[in-house]
Amino acid sequence: MKKVISFKLNGEDVEAEVEPHWSLLHLLRETFELTGAKEGCGKGECGACTVIVDGKAINSCLFPVMEVEGCEVTTIEGLATLNGNLHPIQESFVANGAVQCGFCTPGMIMSAKALLDENKNPSEDDIRTAIAGNLCRCTGYVQIIEAIKKASERREP
Amino acid sequence: MESQLKSVGKRVPKVDAREKVTGRAIYIHDLKLPGMLYGKILYSKYPHARILNIDTSKAEKLPGVRAVITGFNTPEIRIGFMKDQPVLKKDKVRQYRDEVAAVAAIDPDIAEEALDLIKVDYEPLPGLFDPEEAVKEDAILIHEYDAKGKPLKNNILKLPWRLIAGDVEQAKKESDFIVEDSFRVTWVTHCCMGTSGCIALFDLDNNLTIYSITQIPFLAQNDFNAALKAMGLKGKNTRVINTVIGGGFGSKLDTHVYEYIAILLAYRTRKPVKILFTREEEFFAQPPRQPAIIKISQGCKKDGNLTFREVDMLLDNGAYTSWGATTPSVMMVPISSLYKVPNIKYTARSVYTNNIYAQAMRGYGNPQATFAVESSMDILAEAAGIDPMEFRLINVNLPGEITPQNFKVTTCGLKECIESVGEGLNWKDAKKNKKKKRGVGMSSLIHVGGGARVYKSDGHGMIMKVDDFGKISVITGAVEIGQGSETVISQVAAEVLGVFPEDIQIIKGDTSICPWDVGTHASRQAFVSCNAAIMVANKIKKEILDIAGKYFNVDPENLDIKNRVIYLKDEPENSEKQMPLDKLLRRAHFSKHGTMIMAETFYDPPNEMLNQEFKGNLSCTYAYGTTGVEVEVDTETGHVEIKKYFAAHDVGRALNPMLLEGQIYGAAVMGTGYALTEQLILKQGKVMNDNFLDYKILTAKDKIPIVPILVETIDELGPLGAKGIGEPACVPTAPAIANAIHDAIGVRIKDLPITPEKILKALKEKEKKG
Repeated sequence: MKKVISFKLNGEDVEAEVEPHWSLLHLLRETFELTGAKEGCGKGECGACTVIVDGKAINSCLFPVMEVEGCEVTTIEGLATLNGNLHPIQESFVANGAVQCGFCTPGMIMSAKALLDENKNPSEDDIRTAIAGNLCRCTGYVQIIEAIKKASERREP
Repeated sequence: MESQLKSVGKRVPKVDAREKVTGRAIYIHDLKLPGMLYGKILYSKYPHARILNIDTSKAEKLPGVRAVITGFNTPEIRIGFMKDQPVLKKDKVRQYRDEVAAVAAIDPDIAEEALDLIKVDYEPLPGLFDPEEAVKEDAILIHEYDAKGKPLKNNILKLPWRLIAGDVEQAKKESDFIVEDSFRVTWVTHCCMGTSGCIALFDLDNNLTIYSITQIPFLAQNDFNAALKAMGLKGKNTRVINTVIGGGFGSKLDTHVYEYIAILLAYRTRKPVKILFTREEEFFAQPPRQPAIIKISQGCKKDGNLTFREVDMLLDNGAYTSWGATTPSVMMVPISSLYKVPNIKYTARSVYTNNIYAQAMRGYGNPQATFAVESSMDILAEAAGIDPMEFRLINVNLPGEITPQNFKVTTCGLKECIESVGEGLNWKDAKKNKKKKRGVGMSSLIHVGGGARVYKSDGHGMIMKVDDFGKISVITGAVEIGQGSETVISQVAAEVLGVFPEDIQIIKGDTSICPWDVGTHASRQAFVSCNAAIMVANKIKKEILDIAGKYFNVDPENLDIKNRVIYLKDEPENSEKQMPLDKLLRRAHFSKHGTMIMAETFYDPPNEMLNQEFKGNLSCTYAYGTTGVEVEVDTETGHVEIKKYFAAHDVGRALNPMLLEGQIYGAAVMGTGYALTEQLILKQGKVMNDNFLDYKILTAKDKIPIVPILVETIDELGPLGAKGIGEPACVPTAPAIANAIHDAIGVRIKDLPITPEKILKALKEKEKKG
């Protein structure tokens, strides 16, 4: 019952053979071996699996793989350049102590990216809302929120 | 000193942050080995039952299944602090999470399917879920025999805790005010964002390698070697390799049943076997923090001086015993030594029940005990008619003090902590011009700050090796669980060696390569590993400067290293007497009779093991702190809003203020969850809320305006003066909030968490009483 889907993954056109019941997270981790998105709960409660599909941050553990057809998917692996230049949000997470154990970090950054792509100058409440679905047990969110705020300020002309 | 420090004291980014923000860090979830099988565990259907039969025949026949194991077809491995838990249960199950069988299969779905095909016949037994029932003499027995096969008479653990100092009875007579209350704390769980997991595999000689997320790799090696012996593999060795760890908080201080099951499955199949918990398993099969019923009585004189503190505690151990059963030893720290109290009586019993067995969690018993002590402090202050902040200052600990438990207080910034929090909250004004439904509250803490000798060695081994390019490898037994020990080790080593933190590479996480360390616990890692780093870096530096001294024909004492360059201290600008470090190292290496520079050390802090009376200087320095909050309580909904939050900590020295603040923020939010929202709900021993929707950790939407205040006391024994900080900030949060709620609306909630329902109920009762 395998089906073939094609979509854009981190800027590249890709094709994959999938089982229709798979989640997007399963496809990313198992087929493409992109393990940056994590499974923290498998139920859409923790946000560790967040990736961006057509500009929106989504829980890839709940996202049916068949719906990826023709979409544009960005994962944490698509943010930094291959020579190690980090995306400004990643830079800001590093510089502001927003990373501890790091398990929530890729998902957190993808939620932040979706927000900043849409809203260049978010308020603190906008940031809190954007990452409300991304749980973190280490940081208390303080330095994460600060990092996103500073990344947004940096992107301002 | 301050102006001279180049790396220490700076907001240096975490050395592993780039790997983590790019998704490149490899957690246990991400690791696959060739030929790897997937293990799944079958748990009990009853909280207490006799196992009559286990039929695995159908499961074994399922295509893709490679092994099905039970207690009947594997050697018995007993684990835990009192060795009271068999890995696979065969006579009885004593809790819902008891492991009765396990499967290894070629994929996780097949393994899961095979579990459904295993048929277990049980004879249900009555359960014991209330610790106050379980301690009774006529209670049914949960364990009929101890680990040595000796019959047991009751459910009380043979771990009696009793600390007596001074004369409490006499002190009661001499007290002007006495208060007595009972407090309850319940199960909360670590909620590491990365669920538990491991991969076990055997080589052809039957030595074990286990990819693990343990916080105690070397103690785990010891545990696993004991398991190998039980499996008939005496003399075989274990290599523990740590992957990146998705959160610790004390959850990985024991070796866990699932790890032994992976070992048994790997041995049976001769393949690597991975077990990875689902989030549900993480909630119901990962031991949480112990619940306790705490009776406390305290007295004081009219002038506010404390006269005595008496505490009796009953802990719900659950069905088996982990290292966490020793948390009453750390509970003694605040009970005996938070504020000056001359007379102490503390007794604690831990009792078996058919509830989920408990373990340690951030603070190792301290948050539970401090909730009772600091709530009681406010109650006593009110009885004595003294302002709660003033009351704490009257009794404040000071440097040079020896506490009733024989702790030697060296540096102590508690007074400054209390005062700075009071200032932040405008304490006097908030009390004088009290606003309706608003209140302020505070609580302090004491915790071990220089490690703690809970194990026979509190040591840390470290090797340092310098290469031809001036880069330094630090080979350490320290386990990084997100707190940043690797970063501060790099900073400290760079400081001593006159190089930059980026010149340091940390090699870690492998018991076959790294020297021994007792583990990342007791807020000790920065303290011990940075002390080790200073010692070993000084050895390296001496070797380098001795070689340079010969080369320049000067006294090595007159040489130093700065910005990767060796220079003459007398003539720092003299370029004739300068040499880049890497150049000198190459010269030393490639000359006739060449030499490589490396050094090692084993640092064991001068901490004492508690004696038979539970007295002794457990830690060579102590961490102090005070949390103060202002809350607003909605008396219609019972909702508590935290308006202000100040967290002052005596940190010795802030080696890296950014990471240190990160520890404070995270712990403060975790502590607020403990205070207000978090509880594992058990019904007849079954965890009812095994998901993040029903177990409420705080989210980014819960705005808590935490202001960290760093009080630097520069401890003589600390690495460049630093003390531990990993646990302290979560310790005083709950009592500070409880005290503020009382100040706001006049009701005192004595059991955690302080939910809106409890507040509304208490308000109603208060209204009834008029």
